[in-house]
Amino acid sequence: MTSSNKNIIEVNNLVTHYGDRQILNGIDFSVEKGEIRVIMGGSGSGKSTLLNHMLALLTPTSGSIVIDNVDVVNANRKTLLKLRQKMGVAFQGGALFSSMTVGENIKLPLQHHTKLDEHTIDIMTRLKLELMNLAGFEDLMPSELSGGMLKRAGLARAVIMDPKLLFFDEPSAGLDPVTAVELDELILKLRDAMNMTIIVVTHELESAFKIADRITVLFDGEIAITGTVDEIKNSKDVRIQNMINRRARDEHLDADEYIKRLTTGKN
Amino acid sequence: MTFEQKKHLHYQLLALTGEVDLHNSPQVRKQLLDIVESGYSVIVDFSALSYIDSSGIATLVEAYNLAKNNQLSLTIVGATGAPLQVMELTHLNKVFPMIDSLDEIKG
Repeated sequence: MTSSNKNIIEVNNLVTHYGDRQILNGIDFSVEKGEIRVIMGGSGSGKSTLLNHMLALLTPTSGSIVIDNVDVVNANRKTLLKLRQKMGVAFQGGALFSSMTVGENIKLPLQHHTKLDEHTIDIMTRLKLELMNLAGFEDLMPSELSGGMLKRAGLARAVIMDPKLLFFDEPSAGLDPVTAVELDELILKLRDAMNMTIIVVTHELESAFKIADRITVLFDGEIAITGTVDEIKNSKDVRIQNMINRRARDEHLDADEYIKRLTTGKN
Repeated sequence: MTFEQKKHLHYQLLALTGEVDLHNSPQVRKQLLDIVESGYSVIVDFSALSYIDSSGIATLVEAYNLAKNNQLSLTIVGATGAPLQVMELTHLNKVFPMIDSLDEIKG
């Protein structure tokens, strides 16, 4: 297993299936330390599957995934647990526990994984709430927050341990434009001040172009392109141009396969 | 992370080197609170500090508050790079007295 020190993530020839259906068709993907990488692609392109593999939540059919020098596919539970403490994940809806206050949700990882003094934990929690513009919301229940606030609270919890690696699933989905821009700026600041490597899955072009060092675009389980914002914008690939110009893709239709799918339900 | 502590007439200097993170910030906390509780103001030297995480920052906040409540001070000297950016990100550069070098104190 090779992993140069420059790369914090190395995925090689990743193939994965859900049942008989092949989702990822041999993905090669690497991310450098300190990079902000945006993963784009339509629904069903495999971007969420790739994300779940990097979080070690799925087992691939074949291929390798090395994160921070840990072979994720073959690692034991203890090694994975240690790796996960260096990773923060902010899910789409915030994914807070509804029975706990916002503050209790955010400090949960610290109480589970560290032996820090309660004073330190409280101040760390409030620092993160301040950072996310949620000062004073510590004692509210998640059900009392708006969608944008939930998302920021989820991000506060994701970064409470100052992870080396932050995964962010659809940060700006469902946010008003001003809040979305603020969140983008926060992502940039987190990288600069905390030396974080940040992986963002999104389909918001504007946000991707603003924050990404490089963008990876997936189509039908394969990587169409990985490049800088300029390289993506200047790509001659018609699928990339369609994505940028928000045009529906022109599906190639194989009549025989189509009829077979409709009549037998099989590919 | 290592630190060096020096006693002066009215303050004690705590020089942090390397990285302050979840694993060693409790040590820094004990050191800082001990200094303040023994009635000294404290100057924390950041000039050889390459990284400080939020548990380190929270520790500084706690010590700053304790110093303030005891009419003492907590000053940061020589912050640059990532530690300075963390101070700016959390707006604590507007709260803590921040000086460039120890020369600014003598005189």
